[in-house]
Amino acid sequence: MKARDTGRETRRRLTGTVLLSLFVLSTGIAIIALAVLIMDTASDGAPWLSWHLLTSFPSRDPKQAGLRSALLGSIWIAALTGAICFPLGVGSAIYLHEYAPKNRLTSFINLNIFNLSGVPSILYGLLGLGLFVDLLALGRSIIAGALTMALLVLPMVIVASREALVTVPEGRRFGAYALGASQWQVVRRVVLPEALPGILTGTVLAMSRAIGEAAPMIAISALLYVTFDPTSPLDRFTVLPIQIFNWVSRPQAAFAGLAAAGIIVLLVLLLAMNAAAIIIRDRYQKRVRE
Amino acid sequence: MSSLTIETKALSVWFGRNHAVRNISLGIPANRITAIIGPSGCGKSTLLRCFNRMNDLIPTARVEGVVLLNGENIYESDVDPTEVRRRVGMVFQKPNPFPKSVYENAAFGPRLNGIGSESELNSIVRRSLEAAALWDEVKDRLDDSAIGLSGGQQQRLCIARALAVDPEVILMDEPCSALDPQATAKIEQLMTELARSYTVVVVTHNMQQAARVSNYTAFMYLGEMVEFGLTDEIFENPKNELTENYITGRFG
Amino acid sequence: MASPESRARSLRKHHKERLSERTIRQALFLSAILSIVVLIAIFVTIAYQAIEFFKQVSIVEFLTGTRWTPLFQPQHFGVLPLVAGTLWVSAIALSTAVPIGLGAAVFLSQYAPSRVRRVVKPILEILAGIPTVVYGYFALTFVTPLLMRFFPTVTVFNALSAGLVMGIMIVPMVSSLSEDAMIAVPDLLREGAYALGAKRHEVATRVVVPTALSGIVASIILSMSRAVGETMIVSIAMGSTPRLTLNPLEGMQAMTAYITQISLGEIPFGTLEYSTIFAVGITLFAIVFLVNLVAYWFTRRYSELYSGL
Repeated sequence: MKARDTGRETRRRLTGTVLLSLFVLSTGIAIIALAVLIMDTASDGAPWLSWHLLTSFPSRDPKQAGLRSALLGSIWIAALTGAICFPLGVGSAIYLHEYAPKNRLTSFINLNIFNLSGVPSILYGLLGLGLFVDLLALGRSIIAGALTMALLVLPMVIVASREALVTVPEGRRFGAYALGASQWQVVRRVVLPEALPGILTGTVLAMSRAIGEAAPMIAISALLYVTFDPTSPLDRFTVLPIQIFNWVSRPQAAFAGLAAAGIIVLLVLLLAMNAAAIIIRDRYQKRVRE
Repeated sequence: MSSLTIETKALSVWFGRNHAVRNISLGIPANRITAIIGPSGCGKSTLLRCFNRMNDLIPTARVEGVVLLNGENIYESDVDPTEVRRRVGMVFQKPNPFPKSVYENAAFGPRLNGIGSESELNSIVRRSLEAAALWDEVKDRLDDSAIGLSGGQQQRLCIARALAVDPEVILMDEPCSALDPQATAKIEQLMTELARSYTVVVVTHNMQQAARVSNYTAFMYLGEMVEFGLTDEIFENPKNELTENYITGRFG
Repeated sequence: MASPESRARSLRKHHKERLSERTIRQALFLSAILSIVVLIAIFVTIAYQAIEFFKQVSIVEFLTGTRWTPLFQPQHFGVLPLVAGTLWVSAIALSTAVPIGLGAAVFLSQYAPSRVRRVVKPILEILAGIPTVVYGYFALTFVTPLLMRFFPTVTVFNALSAGLVMGIMIVPMVSSLSEDAMIAVPDLLREGAYALGAKRHEVATRVVVPTALSGIVASIILSMSRAVGETMIVSIAMGSTPRLTLNPLEGMQAMTAYITQISLGEIPFGTLEYSTIFAVGITLFAIVFLVNLVAYWFTRRYSELYSGL
């Protein structure tokens, strides 16, 4: 059957080509935007990268300024956030998947977790401000910041944990029950060990999200200029995104370069954490495939 | 006539509105192998799961009637199901070893019961693996993953795991249906060994297996116990026409 | 053989074991309830302080006033300039993200071979994972100067630049949610269209997209709520002067940017100025809540129409 050569056929084919080009173009724009963003930032920031950058405190003189306090603050926040949201998120997921009866309260809780992930991060900042900083009198401290971030990334940990729990085959639970295990024993000794890599991956990803968030930390910390090492969770702090924001907001061109360098450090940190998460996940896939 | 380890009286199971097990009164003799046979869907697995209260784990299941374990009703309200399951062990159709080492699989049950000392665990693990005719094949590989064993070895490991908690009864739900003929033969041989020390109940859809291995046979059809008796009598001289039809292959 | 000790163990429940199982269950339940508690806490905390604000400023003035100058004398508390700023930047962001995101989604789900998908999808995921402060930097230092070359009236801070970059940030969200919706369209429908002699682009535009429409619209609405709540891009690149204007080439202030600005200003707790961030916050909460509600209602209503599949 030869293709008909009418005008209509040609129009159809032409439309097809045009549309395909548009679709490819859209995809291309997204990729090009990412490439431009990375190249521009890297070229702006590369000249400012140095060991000095990582170990010095911020300063009014661009040549002296560094990320030390911000880097330490980010590490503190990431660690504490992980420590807080890990038990809470895993506990929620265990309850929802292993214990909860299929009633309206359970569906409501599940729906709510979805809602929570849509709340703007700045509003979590206001929650932290009103509740942790003010009401619980924790001050504008690292612990207030970490508690706030833990609430923000909690839905991520819950969802990732739940998915990990689902991958444990039902037969294993039955096998354990048949040996006379109680429900908690089945969860603790059979389900959790197998689901743990997936849960850890989710937690590491949540921590990496916590590192990149600026808005809630600005509301809690309110400090742009930190020139000391935080030594306890009750200390005031700043984090990498805030420091970058600070530098971007200064009119001098040199600070723009510093900001770009800070971005590079932040992105490298994020890359490392995501890579760690992927490694955990891949090790897990390999074990299960045996 | 040997004594009865398990006795049921008017036992019924519903899944929602489906009356899966109908009013069964049955006695399982001690230290013998009892086979439960019948066409697919006749309720034999459901009946088996009543003996160790595994049906409790299915939300839509409802159980009525009495199941006596050595004279005690396991369905009484203050009975702890996990305690029942320590006394009545189960092996499943599809081998389900935990993704842990061979040793840890066998030690799982004893650890649950609080046995922590290494020497005690070592001897229990060894005894159970020997009783399951698996020791010689895995004694140098105790720390290897159980998932790496062959299907037949995995199933024997599951049997060893069940033996390690020191049960009285071993329930087997079509234990050989996922295995090749050689592995099946090994397990059938094992069943006969086990009956010396335990009471064994086997659900199987393989009539020849039932005829080969068991001392007593129960034939179920559509949730009801049609006939029960010595295996030889059931297969050579069935009293019920339904039984005869099933055994001669006219249906099922 | 079951040992005499084993036989002698009672079948009855041990009281201690029952207790600890129950305690564990309750503890786990509490952590699950946490998510509901958090949502309520967000609302209550913000509302509490917002009420302090509304004790001193009338709601009418807040919702209808066109000047927002809480830090200057004379003080004006009309929130419309902030809302307008937020809406402007969100509108520009959506106008950018929807065509690009949809186009990419159609390409990935209907055309792209798996080799291409394997490369493109991770790239989009990277786009989604970049912190917004990086996008803000990009908007201020790259996009704005670029725009200035083409539109001389563009000021250093402007809504267009922020909106465009925010659009790029949102593209992965539109694209992956729409792609999921399109993939969910049963192969049976697509094959039926091909069997009638349709070409690939016709199957995509006349069968797949209309069938997946509810999911696509939901993804757009959800992206809108993301745009409305975004903070760093608008704080860095859009401006800190509230301005009610129809010109996106000028600087404006978004609601979230205002909250950032005040948070950094070391305003003492308990003052009227401090409570303004909560008043703005609760307005933001209300907008996002409404948008999510619409998205939810929309998915429920339209997915029923097509569930006959």
